[in-house]
Amino acid sequence: MSQHNVSININGTEHSHDVDARLLLVHYIRENCDLTGTHIGCDSTSCGACTVIVDGRAIKSCTMFAVQASGKEVETIEGVADGGLHPIQEGFWEMHGLQCGYCTPGMIMCAKTLLEKNPDPTEEEIRWGISGNLCRCTGYNKIVEAIQYAAEKINQPEAASA
Amino acid sequence: MIPGKFDYYAPTSVDEAIDMLVTHGSEAKILAGGQSLIPAMRYRLAVPEVLIDINGLTDLNYLKQVNGHLAIGAMCREVDLEESDVVQSQYHLLADAAEVIADPLVRNQATVGGNIAHADPANDHPAVMLAYDATVVAKGPSGERTIPIDSFFTDLFESALSEQELLTEIRIPTPGANSGGAYVKLERKVGDYAIGAVAVQLTLAADGTVAAARIGLTNVYYMPMRATGAEAALIGQDPSDEAVLEAAGIAAAAECDPSADLRGSAAYKRDVIRTLAKRAITKAVERAR
Amino acid sequence: MAIYHDPSKPKHVADRVEIKTKVKDGASAEVPTTHDVTTTTPKEICGIGHRMKRKEDPRFIQGKGRYVDDFKLPGMLYMDIVRSPYAHAKILEIDASEALAMDGVLAVITGKDLEAHGLHWMPTLMSDTQMVLPTDKVVYYAQEVCAVIATDRYTAADAIEAVYVDYEPLKPVVSPFDALKDEVIVRDDKEIRTNRIWHWEVGDEAATDAIFDSATTVIKETMYIPRIHVSSIETCGMVANYNPATEKMQIYMTTQAPHAVRTVFALVTGLPEQKIQIISPDIGGGFGGKVPVYPGYVIGAVASLLIGKPVKWIEDRSENLQADSFARDYHLEAEMAADENGKIVGLRVNGLADHGCADSAANPSKFPAGLFSICTGSYDMKAAHVNFDAVYTNKPPGGVAYRCSFRVTEAVHMVERLTSMMAHELGVDPAAYRMNNFIKPEQFPYESPTGWEYDSGNYHAALEKAMEMIDYDGLRKEQLEKRERGELMGIGISSFTEVVGAGPAKDYDILGIKMFDSAEIRVHPTGKAIARFGTKSQGQGHETTYAQIIAEVLGIPALDIDIEEGDTDTAPYGLGTYASRSTPTAGAAAAMAARKIKAKARKIAAHLLEAHEDDLEWNVSQWQVKGSPDKAKTIQEIAFAAYTDHPDDLQAGLEATDYYNPPNLTFPFGSYICVVDIDKGTGEIHIRRFVAIDDCGNIINPLVVEGQVHGGLTMGLAPAMYEEIVYDENGQCLTGTLADYLVPTAVESPKWETGHTITPSPHHPIGAKGVGESPTVGAPPAIANAVVDAMWHLGVRHIDIPITPEKVWQALRDAGVTE
Repeated sequence: MSQHNVSININGTEHSHDVDARLLLVHYIRENCDLTGTHIGCDSTSCGACTVIVDGRAIKSCTMFAVQASGKEVETIEGVADGGLHPIQEGFWEMHGLQCGYCTPGMIMCAKTLLEKNPDPTEEEIRWGISGNLCRCTGYNKIVEAIQYAAEKINQPEAASA
Repeated sequence: MIPGKFDYYAPTSVDEAIDMLVTHGSEAKILAGGQSLIPAMRYRLAVPEVLIDINGLTDLNYLKQVNGHLAIGAMCREVDLEESDVVQSQYHLLADAAEVIADPLVRNQATVGGNIAHADPANDHPAVMLAYDATVVAKGPSGERTIPIDSFFTDLFESALSEQELLTEIRIPTPGANSGGAYVKLERKVGDYAIGAVAVQLTLAADGTVAAARIGLTNVYYMPMRATGAEAALIGQDPSDEAVLEAAGIAAAAECDPSADLRGSAAYKRDVIRTLAKRAITKAVERAR
Repeated sequence: MAIYHDPSKPKHVADRVEIKTKVKDGASAEVPTTHDVTTTTPKEICGIGHRMKRKEDPRFIQGKGRYVDDFKLPGMLYMDIVRSPYAHAKILEIDASEALAMDGVLAVITGKDLEAHGLHWMPTLMSDTQMVLPTDKVVYYAQEVCAVIATDRYTAADAIEAVYVDYEPLKPVVSPFDALKDEVIVRDDKEIRTNRIWHWEVGDEAATDAIFDSATTVIKETMYIPRIHVSSIETCGMVANYNPATEKMQIYMTTQAPHAVRTVFALVTGLPEQKIQIISPDIGGGFGGKVPVYPGYVIGAVASLLIGKPVKWIEDRSENLQADSFARDYHLEAEMAADENGKIVGLRVNGLADHGCADSAANPSKFPAGLFSICTGSYDMKAAHVNFDAVYTNKPPGGVAYRCSFRVTEAVHMVERLTSMMAHELGVDPAAYRMNNFIKPEQFPYESPTGWEYDSGNYHAALEKAMEMIDYDGLRKEQLEKRERGELMGIGISSFTEVVGAGPAKDYDILGIKMFDSAEIRVHPTGKAIARFGTKSQGQGHETTYAQIIAEVLGIPALDIDIEEGDTDTAPYGLGTYASRSTPTAGAAAAMAARKIKAKARKIAAHLLEAHEDDLEWNVSQWQVKGSPDKAKTIQEIAFAAYTDHPDDLQAGLEATDYYNPPNLTFPFGSYICVVDIDKGTGEIHIRRFVAIDDCGNIINPLVVEGQVHGGLTMGLAPAMYEEIVYDENGQCLTGTLADYLVPTAVESPKWETGHTITPSPHHPIGAKGVGESPTVGAPPAIANAVVDAMWHLGVRHIDIPITPEKVWQALRDAGVTE
């Protein structure tokens, strides 16, 4: 099995390790870099608990090898906020968009790219947009509301905080 | 669920990738989007000894309109279809399919080329490309060749690509005037493979009858299939005639051969194909007008 | 920090904490139903009724939760498990030599190894037995066969591929009806060679038969409530950390019931209980699936004990879906009788429970079929009889839970389906029919024919509210118009009664441990507090709602009260969080312990104010001299004095503990209405609207209750339309991944519309009832009733859940309808 030196910029910090070719990106993030906010929920690319952003696109980090991410920029839940809370994190808290919290980091990462692409999504667009992420606790209503809250806050920062 | 051991190579040019394919032969698998391959490796259903990662072949990452066709490079991701104005405005069948393949996160990574090269009848693009009469471009040690889509799929998970060839591009003829297409899929939930799906691309004659039509079916045969009987039932006929639609639907249902599984019995799937064929044809005709 | 979701001004009412109702045997006839959530504390304190944002959320939204797989201890090893490819087979040989020769592999643990320590079998929660690892034969597909311990999880995964097991396949028994024939015996470890586990009857058989004999209308239906799986997004796992120097076994574990697990571990392993510490950290969803002790936990603990190093075991999703925590699997033959006026008079049920290879249900021990006998539901009838058998089959242990462990879901589905069928049969609108058959508000406390005493209820109010919210009459009109045009639209109702809050010590125990729960509150000198509980949140929001209960009683701001659960070394003993029991039991304990502190605070205040205790009155957060609010001591001042200036005749400190034994169960209820449109071509069901009115008594935090209801509804939708664990004729599981086991996404899940009525529990200290399970219990029959309602005129009478497009298509084709 080939070994590779990978160098991945995660949340603005360069991480460099020698890894086996088969090391999954999610294990690299969690175990080599100790960033345990990214979770694992399945083996079949179904649940989205491991969602991270690689070079601007949200992907399932259980379905990419760490070696594939070498030289790329990866963003995880730990890097979302630039001091304080990101509007999406705030939305999840404000609107009760989480219960057990296990799917939450993946949902937030997915929502972040969703809003970057479509700053004013309809409810239906949000539901389709997060359809690669499973949540077992919330029934999704309040996740949708959380993303709507964030969209509003990002689009009109003053109105939402008033 | 941990993949088995393998050696990983990341070629930086197509020629380098082909050299690696020549060297490693059947031990090697191409890694493009990896959204089917990596789960299969995690379940150890696939245990390749060598992975050749073509994600670094950025010159294959394109989606462009050239010489009367849409050229889709091997590293074009599914999401690129959704974000392409050309696809959305001129390739409705492809645009329909791009929205219902797997889920949005998978589409951010999965490639169109991989979806076809995998030759899985449950995948959505094979039927779409059959309906479009697309052409696959492959490159191997002896150079480049084009493979008509009708002769590309050869068996379950088997294609006309040799072990030493790399799929580099897919070409979809630009639909002409009075042409329309549609993809209608029935799935149990988002992210699932189709219970059944129908891809239709057709052209109307000046009198409103169907001048040309190609129909592909998803997940109702042991390999990707065209519904030539349904096509024959349409050509020369008035597609606004309910009897014509029904005849095409019945023909499609008759010529597919679904197997029973958790998605449904064979009888159910056949009838779903009959219904979806009618709906897809109707939608395609609306777009052609 | 803003702690509010909704900054609207709270409404104040009289102190509701000590409800003034006639309480006799834990019930009351005078419990008014209201609609508005009210508060008695200002929002700075955030007592009961406030829409407080959850205190636990900041760590979760920043990726700082700590789940089991996040713990990494020095020298930690990893375990992976070899599982059986057969549902029933003799094990002839296990050859682990190749695996043991691999670099990084430390051990392969087999059933024979455990047998040497007497640990190859373990008790289930129903006092049955279950194999930890087999010594002779396997009895289900994906059963644990042996375990590999290695230095990392990748090596462990490679090593399980290098263990060769020689099996002699045996004929499996997959169907419970085949199991009754006793041709293939699943459990040949038992003395008696039979697959029958238990027989159970409730109700008066003779009286019920007499009612049926004289009934005007009798309907009968066979129903299957299929096997399903909670599939919480976090699978199960553990880190077992045995320290040979201290002889202490510390186990981080995904468990909803850490204290009970500690006791079970002590009894099974023989380790002294004080040397076992169970730590249940943040849990990524439980829903009952993390109540049982699975073989993997025991093997992991033994591995750590034998090797003397920490051992981590984290299930993968396939292991989780194929081997743990199955629910339902009830085959029912149900009959309902009505008199000449159409009034429901009787119910008769024969059931067959498929328990797989062990009775591992998490029921209270006196209730083998759980609380199924609540099956007369919301309807006043004369007699009922329930007759049940349970059998072993070659499937994984069943009967665990799926957001309801005590068989209430099965009972409610049956009675709500029958009630709608009866209405249709009699040509009466299903809503009007329910109104005419409900137990009336004045009948509470209500004695049911199967022996339950319902504490409080107002079923008419909830259904009326749901009908108004959805415009029921308008929908019925639209349905008629659509039917004229050949379109299929259905309206389904479910007016369920839940039974939660187990339970009173005289009847409720698990493995002999009574089903109380506990709270311990410590108020610090500066007036801040910590409270610990015997329960364990898996997302329910205990860190917020328990703090609100204490804030309500003591006036200490909820933000100043930290809540801890899950560490058996620090928390008081309790039975844990499942079956919607936390609020009814530990929530009550919180209120009772806080009241003890409030009483002591009064003595300290009297001392400080130089007044007589009897001359003091409580005002939100202070004891004050009656009529002189300026002569007052705040709870914070009192707390400081408790450590610095307490009266001579009083001990220092301000702490209290309460072990709450509920006088009765609580009976939440609700009415749900679902509207569906059906695609005649494909059989697809589109849920157009779904209105849910829940009544869970007093609401501690409306935001949290809404979240619980939404989540429960999606977990009701799931088995109604999508999820089922399916086995082939060889007993092989066909739904072992999330690609095959269809957990709904945000697209399948409709936009839930919710509301509430409030009919407090008269016997609960704060009038609360519990809510987590209600929607999962109530939603499936609303959906099934809607689908059948759309097709009743075509002759369709019943479709078993999950109602897939194919089942609808088949029913339509059978009725001659096609597109």
